[in-house]
Amino acid sequence: MTPGTTQHARRAPAAAGRSRPGPAAPAGGRATKGRGRGSWTPWLYLAPALVVLGGLLVYPIYQLGLISFLEYTQAQVSGGEPTTFQGFANYAELFGDGEFWNVVVATLLFAAVCVVSTLAVGCALAVLLTRVRAIPRLALMLAALGAWATPAITGSTVWVFLFDADFGPVNKVLVWFGLSGFEDYSWTYDRYSAFALVLFEVVWCSFPFVMVTVYAGIRAIPTEVLEAAALDGASTWRIWRTVMAPMLRPILVVVTIQSIIWDFKVFTQIYVMTDGGGIARQNMVLNVYAYQKAFASSQYSLGSAIGVVMLLILLAVTLVYLRLLRRQGEEL
Amino acid sequence: MSHSRVAPRIRRPWRLAAEVTALIVAAVVAFPLYWMVLSAFKPAGEIQSTEPRPWTTSPSLDSFRRVFQQEDFGRYFLNSLFVAGVVVVASALIAFLAATAVARFRFRFRTTLLVMFLVAQMVPVEALTIPMFFLMRDLGESVPGVGLNTLGSLILPHIAFSLPFAIWMLRGFVKAVPEALEEAAYLDGASRSRFLWQILFPLVFPGLVATSVFSFISAWNDFLFAKSFIISATENSTLPMALLVFFKAEGNDWGGIMAASTVMTIPVLIFFVLVQRRLVSGLGGAVKD
Repeated sequence: MTPGTTQHARRAPAAAGRSRPGPAAPAGGRATKGRGRGSWTPWLYLAPALVVLGGLLVYPIYQLGLISFLEYTQAQVSGGEPTTFQGFANYAELFGDGEFWNVVVATLLFAAVCVVSTLAVGCALAVLLTRVRAIPRLALMLAALGAWATPAITGSTVWVFLFDADFGPVNKVLVWFGLSGFEDYSWTYDRYSAFALVLFEVVWCSFPFVMVTVYAGIRAIPTEVLEAAALDGASTWRIWRTVMAPMLRPILVVVTIQSIIWDFKVFTQIYVMTDGGGIARQNMVLNVYAYQKAFASSQYSLGSAIGVVMLLILLAVTLVYLRLLRRQGEEL
Repeated sequence: MSHSRVAPRIRRPWRLAAEVTALIVAAVVAFPLYWMVLSAFKPAGEIQSTEPRPWTTSPSLDSFRRVFQQEDFGRYFLNSLFVAGVVVVASALIAFLAATAVARFRFRFRTTLLVMFLVAQMVPVEALTIPMFFLMRDLGESVPGVGLNTLGSLILPHIAFSLPFAIWMLRGFVKAVPEALEEAAYLDGASRSRFLWQILFPLVFPGLVATSVFSFISAWNDFLFAKSFIISATENSTLPMALLVFFKAEGNDWGGIMAASTVMTIPVLIFFVLVQRRLVSGLGGAVKD
């Protein structure tokens, strides 16, 4: 493929999307869409998706809520004892437990730091990519794709190995730089350094999505617009603020929300890197906490109640997202 | 290249600094993968060295041999491949139909459905492990092949979890196909299903590829469900479980862990390299819409 055709192909969907509110689109569009009015064809197309989502997403959510109101331990699971309705007793037990609040705060703070770091690194490198020639760009792109492609579990094991107190190269390098405190330093022993280690891995494997998406977004901005602004004497900062930032905002909203979703429910990294939640459970996040409650100590009701809390927190995030989309005037 | 005409405005020393920075960052980002592959090839004595070196003079296949001699490892590999493959194909087909419905038809509850797909993306799937566990247990009693300890219990949840995002992403691609093309097809006497599969499907295929990356990753990476749903029938385990074997109380077998990690990462790397170009353009197109 010649560079010309690649560029054309890349821009086509974006251009079509942008021209949507134009005067020509609705006139041409309504005629075809009219074919579907009152017809059952769209529902036929939707049927498989609705069956799968209804059975494997909606029903489990209902079940999750239900179990959180029941007494449900090993005895009930095996059918030895009848399930009894507990009302809000499980929630009362959960909210009365200091550890739960500890975990909630840790989860929110950890996710926030992960999201901010991921976005900062991803956006900075996306801008960097637009400033360099082909070879450094290809090198960075390939390295990022490699990090992105790495499964969470293998990424976790490799990062633990890199920071291993005895066999890892990171401590040796830090000591070589004169930081003698890192001689045989165990990163997973201390709560904050263990969280930091997980943070490094999370940023490493999730910045590529942000970088690639934002880079694709910057590339989709027509050069003519930027050149026109530059010819009119606009400063770099002004071009960014009045031309690029508004055009990139939809992309930035999407990557931010995706990062929040992913980082809020990190499980594999914490579980593998801190061996199930850290020494004395110091590195628990809500996900791991729910898993430990349900599957390690058979308190399925409490685990479900934790799941409901997570669901509600992410629902709140979703509502904010929907409001942001509305304000942008995005047509659903 | 759209930016190459803008680039000359940057003064040369700055561009050089940017390029050096880019290369250093690339090296840092690639280093963990380099270390993984290097450690997989280091002989046993060297990997336990407290003076780790960034190269090896005597590469060895011992770690890989240990991995492949581990009982059922090949089977775990095929299981992972099967699970991810079925999830990718099934969610792509189901999402294509659903995305076409919401992008090209106007019908009651369309907006409601779109909002629901959006909300569904936010559902923390990990929180659903508990009800999913009971659902799989109950299904296993009535439907063979989908209960606990089966590959179906890993496939089904991942189809459901990757659908909302896939529908949302594909919607942009379907919308980008001009309406006039559909009218022309009908005028030429094409049936609706002919238009759907022979015209629309090939046109949105790049979008399907970009989407499939996400469903592939979600299924291939799955650790939680494999750990929770495959309890007794270990022959139905997947790769992450094979990796855990090398973590031992008396000291981790780092050579084995790194070799197994390498084997587990390579298929995804190949997949990414194959779809790389479409992925970048696909994200640009879909997200922009």
